[in-house]
Amino acid sequence: MSVVITEPHDHEEQHEHHDHKPGGIKRWLYTTNHKDIGTMYLIFALIMFFIGGTMAMIIRLELFQPGMQFVEPHFFNQMTTVHGLIMVFGAVMPAFTGLANWMIPMMIGAPDMALPRMNNWSFWILPFAFLILLLSLFMPGGGPSFGWTFYAPLSTTYSGDSTALFVFSVHIMGISSIMGAINVIVTIWNMRAPGMTWMKMPLFVWTWFITAFLLIMVMPVLAGVVTMVLTDKYFGTSFFDAAGGGDPVLFQHIFWFFGHPEVYIMILPAFGIVSAIIPTFARKKLFGYASMVYATASIAILSFLVWAHHMFTTGMPVFATLFFMYATMLIAVPTGVKVFNWVATMWRGAMTFEVPMMFALAFIVLFTIGGFSGLMLAITPADFQYHDTYFVVAHFHYVLVTGAIFSIVAAVYYWLPKWTGNMYDESLGRWHFWCSLISVNLLFFPMHFVGLAGMPRRIPDYALQFADFNAFISIGGFLFGLSQLIFVWVLIKCARGGVKATDQVWEGAEGLEWEVPSPAPYHTFETPPVIK
Amino acid sequence: MTTKTYEKYYVPAQSPWPIVGAVALFFIAFGAGHLVIDISNQQSGFGGYLLLLGFAVLVFMLVGWFRNVIDESMSGLYSAQMDRSFRQGMSWFIVSEVMFFMAFFGALFYGRMIAMQWLGGSSNNAMTFELLWPDFQPVWPLVKTPGGIETQAMPWTGLPLINTAILVVSSITLHFAHTGLEQQKRGQLKLMLLLTLLLGATFLSLQVYEYIHAYQDLGLRLDSGFYGNTFFLLTGFHGLHVTLGAIILLFVFFRVLKGHFTPEKHFAFQAAAWYWHFVDVVWICLFVIVYML
Repeated sequence: MSVVITEPHDHEEQHEHHDHKPGGIKRWLYTTNHKDIGTMYLIFALIMFFIGGTMAMIIRLELFQPGMQFVEPHFFNQMTTVHGLIMVFGAVMPAFTGLANWMIPMMIGAPDMALPRMNNWSFWILPFAFLILLLSLFMPGGGPSFGWTFYAPLSTTYSGDSTALFVFSVHIMGISSIMGAINVIVTIWNMRAPGMTWMKMPLFVWTWFITAFLLIMVMPVLAGVVTMVLTDKYFGTSFFDAAGGGDPVLFQHIFWFFGHPEVYIMILPAFGIVSAIIPTFARKKLFGYASMVYATASIAILSFLVWAHHMFTTGMPVFATLFFMYATMLIAVPTGVKVFNWVATMWRGAMTFEVPMMFALAFIVLFTIGGFSGLMLAITPADFQYHDTYFVVAHFHYVLVTGAIFSIVAAVYYWLPKWTGNMYDESLGRWHFWCSLISVNLLFFPMHFVGLAGMPRRIPDYALQFADFNAFISIGGFLFGLSQLIFVWVLIKCARGGVKATDQVWEGAEGLEWEVPSPAPYHTFETPPVIK
Repeated sequence: MTTKTYEKYYVPAQSPWPIVGAVALFFIAFGAGHLVIDISNQQSGFGGYLLLLGFAVLVFMLVGWFRNVIDESMSGLYSAQMDRSFRQGMSWFIVSEVMFFMAFFGALFYGRMIAMQWLGGSSNNAMTFELLWPDFQPVWPLVKTPGGIETQAMPWTGLPLINTAILVVSSITLHFAHTGLEQQKRGQLKLMLLLTLLLGATFLSLQVYEYIHAYQDLGLRLDSGFYGNTFFLLTGFHGLHVTLGAIILLFVFFRVLKGHFTPEKHFAFQAAAWYWHFVDVVWICLFVIVYML
């Protein structure tokens, strides 16, 4: 174990001469390199995306026709639950963390993350956490089946044996997220190259800085609420049981105090990505940089004050619903600032439409649709109709799939040449884009209509009048799932070779990451760069 | 040109400890989950053993990891910038801990100020009260739940007050240990640190005694309704944090005996002290909100 201590100077000298990479499996198990860890996060997120996606396919298969066809209702519930948990905690969040690991040190001119060993620990906890979650599906009585929001009393009184495994796997996921967030925030605070002042930081760095703050603030609250679920279920407490003086609604308050900042954790880094891509392909500086920073911070602060808009139908006092309704609508203001700035950046720009730009443009349009349906849901009296219908499902899938996932895909296309040194196959990328764009709208747009007409979410059967729309939705779902195989093909092809990328990769790209060679050397900025 | 002005940031080459730590957490989570399931089904299984194995691996990891870090630090590999990274990392960790306790304090606030009042018929809940539990008295401490579980409240005088004094004094002694370290008075440092440790141990022993008293004499149990729930989870998690803080301080004490730490560089001491002051502040909030009010 003292190898690390006795030979650091030798190692460092080696790095000066050639790009020293340790070989074999140990490279990945023992690594302290932010690029290796970023790659592992991204591959893990992709695998989880396909596992969670398979569950979505099972859900869509069952809902293809009314009536019960393929799965038992209890299994259907497990699929909706674990699909949500995997996509939120296993796909979107690790993908953003992977991008943060890869890009933040390069963007701020740092040699690595501030706490490299803890960085590796954060990553390696995740596969084990999801192993526990997935193994729980095979327990007698099945896995978690109470929805990803695990409302009490579904998760306490009415849940199966595996709930304890769910609780502890969420605990270690939370440990991983908190450590990852601490690493990001300390890296940004303390590792910026001389001259990289706060207001010179790329927006991806800014949005991740604020995201990391949100993670540190709310992941412990999630740990608290799963602990209460555990003690309520197994140790006789009554936090969420009125007979013991508690209240099931208390669960929702604590959960959504975590949950609402959590949804911004999944979208703020996306804003950063789009704010990097739009200026590059519009060949213009980002419009309103400072207002973007302030808008991001405002969204983060407001996210702590709006949680009960998920709970309008629980019978809260009217003044509380009014407060949460107006606070929620206020979020539209900074979000509008962002969308305006992106559009203004493109105004009279010399635009080209490579794949990252197309995904970013789709993001702006489709995320805005998701934002508008969010505004509709924020209206308390209207929410009484929308609550727990497919309208909500449509809303958050527009925000998370065409929002978060599209931004992640855009980011991968944008930085892939920097990571691999090769250009991806542009025409395959276009196929991926157009197939995804068409199928994703076929998948999620009709959900608005069935939702408004009253089709409830999380139910494996539905009334006959929803049959045609659901068939469309399922076909859209299968096509969207298949389209993502093109993405894997692009990734493998690009990793194996292709047209060599230049250092700058994109004509309009600006920033420190474009000044290092492509592929980025194993160690970058061992001595800080000069920031103009 | 820049190497003269800026120290190199030490990036450790490779380390086995993170993956060992991840395996440890896997054993702990998987083992604890199965242990809880086994207990609730009153059956025996592998959960408990796996949990113990997990803790053993975790201890092995912590010893190895910290030995690495201490060796690196003592051989002068760490720059002032790294020291800042460690300090900031520890500060944010404490922020996350504060939020963990906030979840339970928030639950206590809601249960007492909102849920209990509504169960008693306030706001627009008169019918709930009349139909469900018309005998319920919404008074805090909640010594009789709507469902009828009865218990007794823990008074704030006596043991809790003594414990508060002990913990506050331990924070003060730790502060003097710190000034001793900064002024190169190693005798004061050792004495005050030892005193802090003894006070911490006393606090924990009295806390155990209080729990026995609660269970045996007052009938105040974890499952005695919302009052017992919040009382035991808040004081219990606080007690766990005191235990952890005391273990950290113990290792700091051993390092002091070995002659580690200088007035300029003593991150480990600083971090342990911050943690100890943090658990002290949590206790003061706890004493006021859980015991007194």
